[in-house]
Amino acid sequence: MSNEAVLHANVGVSGHDAHHDEHHGHHHETFISKYVFSMDHKMIAKQFLITGMVWAVLGGLMSVLFRLQLGYPDSTFPWLEDILGKWAKGGRISAEAYYALVTTHGTVLVFFVLTAGLSGTFSNFLIPLQIGARDMASPLMNMLSYWFFFIASIVMLSSVFIETGPFSGGWTAYPPLSALGDASPGSKTGMDLWLTAMALFVVSQLLAGLNYIATILNMRTKGMSMTRLPLTIWALFFTAVLGVLSFPVLFSGFILLIFDRNFGTSFYLSDIFLSTTNTALPNEGGSAILYQHLFWFLGHPEVYIILLPAMGMASEVLSTNARKPIFGYMAMVGSMFAIAVLAFLVWAHHMFVTGLNPFLGSIFVLLTLLIAVPSAIKVFNWLTTLWRGNIRFTPAMMFAIGFVSLFISGGLTGIWLGNSALDIHLHDTYFVIAHFHIVMGVASMFGMFAGVYHWYPKMYGTYMNNTLAYIHFWITLIGAYLIFWPMHYEGLAGMPRRYYDYGVWESFKQFVELNRFISTVVIIVFAAQFFFLFNFFYSIFKGRKVTTTNPWGSNTLEWTTPIKPGHGNWTGEIPEVHRWAYDYGKDGQDFIPQTVPVGDNETQH
Amino acid sequence: MSMFFTIAVIILVFLVIFQIAKASEYVSVLKGEEKSRAQSNKINGFLMVAFLVLGLIGVYLCNKALYHKTLLPQGSASVQGEKVDSMLWVTLILTGVVFVATQIVLFVFAYKYQENPKRKVFFFPHNNTLELIWTVVPAIALTVLVVIGLRNWFMFTSEAPANALRVEVTGKQFGWVFRYAGKDNEFGKKYFRIIDDAGNNPLGQIWADNEQFRLKADPANNDDIVVQQTMYVVKDKPVQLIINSRDVIHDVGLPAFRMKMDAVPGTPTTLWFTPKYTTKEMKERTGNPDYIYEISCDQMCGNGHYSMKGIIEVVTQEEYDAWLAKQTPNYLVANPPAEPAATPAVPAAKDSTLKPAADSAHTVAIK
Ligand code: HEM
Ligand SMILES: [Cu+2]
Ligand SMILES: [Cu+2]
Repeated sequence: MSNEAVLHANVGVSGHDAHHDEHHGHHHETFISKYVFSMDHKMIAKQFLITGMVWAVLGGLMSVLFRLQLGYPDSTFPWLEDILGKWAKGGRISAEAYYALVTTHGTVLVFFVLTAGLSGTFSNFLIPLQIGARDMASPLMNMLSYWFFFIASIVMLSSVFIETGPFSGGWTAYPPLSALGDASPGSKTGMDLWLTAMALFVVSQLLAGLNYIATILNMRTKGMSMTRLPLTIWALFFTAVLGVLSFPVLFSGFILLIFDRNFGTSFYLSDIFLSTTNTALPNEGGSAILYQHLFWFLGHPEVYIILLPAMGMASEVLSTNARKPIFGYMAMVGSMFAIAVLAFLVWAHHMFVTGLNPFLGSIFVLLTLLIAVPSAIKVFNWLTTLWRGNIRFTPAMMFAIGFVSLFISGGLTGIWLGNSALDIHLHDTYFVIAHFHIVMGVASMFGMFAGVYHWYPKMYGTYMNNTLAYIHFWITLIGAYLIFWPMHYEGLAGMPRRYYDYGVWESFKQFVELNRFISTVVIIVFAAQFFFLFNFFYSIFKGRKVTTTNPWGSNTLEWTTPIKPGHGNWTGEIPEVHRWAYDYGKDGQDFIPQTVPVGDNETQH
Repeated sequence: MSMFFTIAVIILVFLVIFQIAKASEYVSVLKGEEKSRAQSNKINGFLMVAFLVLGLIGVYLCNKALYHKTLLPQGSASVQGEKVDSMLWVTLILTGVVFVATQIVLFVFAYKYQENPKRKVFFFPHNNTLELIWTVVPAIALTVLVVIGLRNWFMFTSEAPANALRVEVTGKQFGWVFRYAGKDNEFGKKYFRIIDDAGNNPLGQIWADNEQFRLKADPANNDDIVVQQTMYVVKDKPVQLIINSRDVIHDVGLPAFRMKMDAVPGTPTTLWFTPKYTTKEMKERTGNPDYIYEISCDQMCGNGHYSMKGIIEVVTQEEYDAWLAKQTPNYLVANPPAEPAATPAVPAAKDSTLKPAADSAHTVAIK
């Protein structure tokens, strides 16, 4: 189906005519069809972004609350009781509430913020704009994917308010703990809601992912061969493929868990005696480890689902603002491909100490360390992209550089953990917390910030305030390192993660001051995010107006659309593409957009 | 009151910064885009190197402040753990060099190649030689690490030596139960459905025939010693742990010995190591009179996870023998000899319908 035909077939709601594209925005759109049940990919992107931002604030606030407990275990905060009630009797968070907060924080940030909020936003926004399409292959599926995510959000949020509390067994939800309400109050109704929310979320991801793949494969404009795609699109493509192949496996794991919880099956349960009820369960023959295989078969690809979009956007932003082509385009695509393949073959590195067969473990060591090679290639290529460039420190560029720094720092500790003999010592300590927060949490956040600052003018037709952005950047970068760098040392002392209080431990109590320091920085960094939030919302209405279609001097197609593109993106014909996206500084020209035909005496590369 | 004051100050700071930010935007509009960009480039370029320099100093200071709080200076308390530590150092040096080099390159490039209207950028889209080098060199470095790592991994996961002291460790919400095989050096069979905390049978040892579950008493249970919370092992003698869980997944975390293994209900696991120092020696080595070897539960197991602590006493062989001599087999604790009727029948196979033990595999180490 051609681009025009697809738009016609599926966007019946707005009922406009491609031949009268000049009238975009004039035809009748109600508030509901424009802002709520919108099928315009740009509006859906904004819906994902803003929902993601709401969750980021909630999830971040949760981390502030539980860091208060870790940093000030002996203090009381009466206002906590005011907001949390029985979960913080006497102004100190209870263990139950602590674990509920940690679990919800993890789930929400990994899935709702860094998956839906990140790839949901930028896949939706950038895929049609950068490949030259009027909308997604199926705008309806696209709309549904947002609303499934929205319902998932509501269900997850509702679990916070129930009597027995939200699920509290960690974001990985290992059974038997997650299967047995009698083992932990959070595993009662809270877990039912958690599973429901996650199931809805998987549906949302599958709808979205299939749509992204179909759009990228079928709807590229004339001349946009796969090897001319900007790296953002390649990254979002691999992200979607990873999601489509791995989320169903997670889903199957959840189904078995639902059966064990509700219908008396024994997929994961065996030999269990519960002290709380003083009874033995009838289940025999199940394997608790089976769940971990199913979970991590998604879980590891998931970390790349989170990271790849950030990598793609960082590549784009680095190249544009260094005014220089991305170095090694094909190597970048190749390494993303390698990462996508290997991501499916390393999951058991999260399970080295589960009693895994040692030979099997050794295979996973090999494959895990293999994945570090494409990661290294990417880093060296980014560094070379900067070399002899002409760098403009736009806010997006700052975050892209910060992203590279964080990716290096966190990626290197992956090499420690991937080696099973070392992981025996480091597994489930703060070393792991440091590793994945730096490499995934903060780095991907930086990728997301880079994306928002870079494409904000395209989203809203205004600029964000640069000074606020720079303040936001520096506080966040410095703060992130101050928070997570010292955690490596806690890990090297064997300090376990997911502990509510270290007071009774002779081996770990030496970190009281450090924990207090970290918690203080957390509060500051959290507060600094309001610079961003405020800047974001204020600039929508009051920001400096964009007056040129291509403010960053960029080559990609989205900057050939009107300043505020309507539904359908381009007025008139979709432009044709004649070259790759990275002709910066070629033949003495600052930049040559993809739409410019190749000149007769242009040099080849 | 102080709360109100803090909030007021925060909001004030926010407002001030916001006003400055807005004002600077107006100024930059007046000055023209080129000029204001040049200025902010200069400032941020400078901050990039400043961040690098201060960051590297920070890394050094952080190490100075925290290194002595880790386990590294006191060394590993097990023979196997020495390998972990030496591997850790090799990995640290390798990744550390890459870390410092790449961070320097990143921030120095950012500073050095900040926008300069006179510079002509170098159009450099790819270079096969370079790309080959930085594929092959990391691959070689990683191969070295894999070889070292797997050698250790296969050693750690190998069969425990025959002379190893075997201790069965069982995790439960929220504590640890240890069992020693007793004189016959054999763990009696057990079945989880006859666990009876009140009746002093926390592991479900089968010491009497059971009609309901068709279990036959295993006399090997009669001399098994069961203790809670504190485990005794012998210095310089390998110890093998056979790890079980009674309810959810736990993890036997032994940071001082650099070892760790999950406790999974229904699937026993094992781990072995050789302690090098007695607890008393460790008190001297660390200069901490309160030093103890702690077992931390390292797998989220419920709301009491953080308090699931066990203790390992490493003692000399004589001390161990003396300790062991004082212990009463759990069977006798639960069934005091004053009631001779409770003595189990001789294990003659008089009732062949009794299955040997529902989970005989559970007392055998799996590989
Ligand atoms: C250089 C390549 C990398 C290697 C070799 C590596 C290796 C590992 C290993 C072995 C673990 C398990 C540690 C443990 O639980 O004991 C781990 C944990 C983790 N890694 Fe990585 N990693 C790498 C890069 C990444 C990247 C790029 C991301 C995300 C974008 C990531 C995200 C995570 C997360 C989220 C966890 C912890 C999950 C949990 O237990 O809650 N890693 N990594
Ligand atoms: Cu992984
Ligand atoms: Cu536990």
